[in-house]
Amino acid sequence: MTTTSIFLCLALLGFGFYLLGRWRAMNASVISGKLHSLPSFHGAYVAMCMFVPVLVVIIAWLLYSGNSVDQQLLNAAPIEIQEAGQLDQTKYLYSIITPAVQGLEVSDSALAAQVTNFQELTKRNKLIRFILILLAAVLGGLWGLLKIKPDFRARNQFESGVKYLLMACSLIAILTTIGIVLSVLFESIRFFNKVPLHEFLFGTQWSPQIAIRADQVGSSGAFGVIPLVTGTLLIATLAMLVAAPIGLMAAIYLSEYASSRVRSVAKPMLEILAGIPTVVYGFFAALTVAPFLRNWGDSVGLTISSESALAAGVVMGVMIIPYVSSLSDDAINAVPNSLREGAYGLGSTKSETIKQVIFPAALPGIVSALLLAVSRAIGETMIVVMAAGLAANLTANPFESVTTITVQIVTLLVGDQEFDSPKTLAAFALGLSLFIVTLCLNIIALRVVRKYRERYD
Amino acid sequence: MQDKIEYGKTVGDVFVENPRMSVRGANVYYADKQAIHDVDLDIAKNQVIAMIGPSGCGKSTFLRCLNRMNDTIDICRVSGEFKLDQDNIYSKEIDVVPLRARVGIVFQKPNPFPKSIYDNVAYGPRIHGLAKNKVELDEIVENSLQKAGLFDEVKDRLHESGTGLSGGQQQRLCIARTIAVGPEVILMDEPCSALDPIATAKIENLIDELRENFTIVIVTHSMQQAARVSQRTAYFHMGHLIEVNDTEKVFTNPEHKLTEDYITGRFG
Repeated sequence: MTTTSIFLCLALLGFGFYLLGRWRAMNASVISGKLHSLPSFHGAYVAMCMFVPVLVVIIAWLLYSGNSVDQQLLNAAPIEIQEAGQLDQTKYLYSIITPAVQGLEVSDSALAAQVTNFQELTKRNKLIRFILILLAAVLGGLWGLLKIKPDFRARNQFESGVKYLLMACSLIAILTTIGIVLSVLFESIRFFNKVPLHEFLFGTQWSPQIAIRADQVGSSGAFGVIPLVTGTLLIATLAMLVAAPIGLMAAIYLSEYASSRVRSVAKPMLEILAGIPTVVYGFFAALTVAPFLRNWGDSVGLTISSESALAAGVVMGVMIIPYVSSLSDDAINAVPNSLREGAYGLGSTKSETIKQVIFPAALPGIVSALLLAVSRAIGETMIVVMAAGLAANLTANPFESVTTITVQIVTLLVGDQEFDSPKTLAAFALGLSLFIVTLCLNIIALRVVRKYRERYD
Repeated sequence: MQDKIEYGKTVGDVFVENPRMSVRGANVYYADKQAIHDVDLDIAKNQVIAMIGPSGCGKSTFLRCLNRMNDTIDICRVSGEFKLDQDNIYSKEIDVVPLRARVGIVFQKPNPFPKSIYDNVAYGPRIHGLAKNKVELDEIVENSLQKAGLFDEVKDRLHESGTGLSGGQQQRLCIARTIAVGPEVILMDEPCSALDPIATAKIENLIDELRENFTIVIVTHSMQQAARVSQRTAYFHMGHLIEVNDTEKVFTNPEHKLTEDYITGRFG
């Protein structure tokens, strides 16, 4: 029984129980008059009664089955395997079994026995799983059917079930976030055991090389995050210098000046910018903007390296224009029309109205739009990888090449590495610092919004 | 089904001697729908004229034509002659910005800016450059608040937000804000419909006092209010101006059948 067919079975069964429950409720109403809930709610309730135990069984099975197969395999394994350490036994077993199961030649006869054993075990397990799930479903559904009576509050029961379903979904999202944060945190702590925290935070050298032999050149790696932070800030600042004024003015034009016809064309066009994959922006930056800037620099006597912070920052700015403009446009549109009319009624011109009435009233929305754009700029990777280079220069000169936190995370984790060397673990520490920065920005954004939100209303 | 009504010409005294504003042959369209049909009306100086009529009869639309507030609505078209003193306000020579300083407007829902009380009132004088310095500006703000009957209530908190006031106070703040620009005419679009009876009484007294210095046009749903505050009353019906007469005559002895039906509460 494959997983797909199990789900198909369950769906059919659920629909069947729904119909049964509805039919039973209708019968009950014919015999004894009025139902408390509509028949379809009774049906839905029965289906719900079926799915809850199924879910419980599936979760329990997932927790239990992996261990049980391992254990049974180990018990059947040759004695020399059984005597190795706990972790290694299973690893070793699977290292022989997996290729064999995938259809490779098995020469050793003892091994062949292992493989058949494994296959039988899995087959039996799958059958047991299917039977258990089916049993849970049928029992649950029957129990639900038995509860149907004219005065049974099926609607209330079903709707509270829906509430729990929704709650579970939001719980999954929250738990995932917590899980990711914790895993990054623990790996970072491992990193800080090898590289002291103050060296990471205040070091001005970034060269994450770890030597294979002690006497190798450059054997001492340096993990100072400062050049990366300045690089990130430099590029984010350049991006915001492009995106903030252009995005804001575009938003003001769209919401206050443009006729509805222009707006209906221009707004979607602007939002298409947000749909372009960042890697496209990346090669646009690397192949078009960067050479253009370099040539322009040559002609006016500036030295602009062919991988410059300027190229990456400008292109990233273009990328986040739609975020700024779209969200600011929403904020400006949310300003009540009565304020606009009040200002016009006093004889304000359009620009006076915008500058003195609408802009201050929309400020919280605009600030949060800008901060969201900053988070985007800080977290953006692809453009910087392609256009700004990998050299961790500590500089504020936009014409030089710099690197950012995200780019370094990518380079640290690409290729074959040991997973417990400071080099790879540094990626987690970088990820953690990036997370903290964006978290702080989000908190500031929320604060700003909350502080000024009640001003008009 | 409603019978087809012949509207014909407006009954009563449409014209006055030496009017502040005069309207001739006004037609207003929203896209293809005609909202105002061929209205003639004079608005006398230093008087309150009330516009009454059932919902959707075009009285607010007409009011908003008087300072070109309808310009902000894309689909709205206005034709006819609207004169303020001797200037045709829809002619090309007239700039809408100074026009709205001369014909101020107060809206149905109080709409103070999310600024301090002081800045709310000082907003108009600032953008029109009416005060040369801080002292003059202070004076204008205080005077306007005095005239709007709000000064004593807010003099200790001029720098707190205008949105923190009660509804009635907010509406008087909006009136003060309008007065501060020094208009000749004040338009009021149901200024009391969002207010409680006590705040309404205060505003009505205020309107009576303001008549000395300003010409006031008020749209109202309350016939009692029209009777209390106005000297002339205009009755609108389905975009037609049915009757204009002295308020007392409209409410005691209306000339037109539709007016009578409306004020006796047969519909509307």
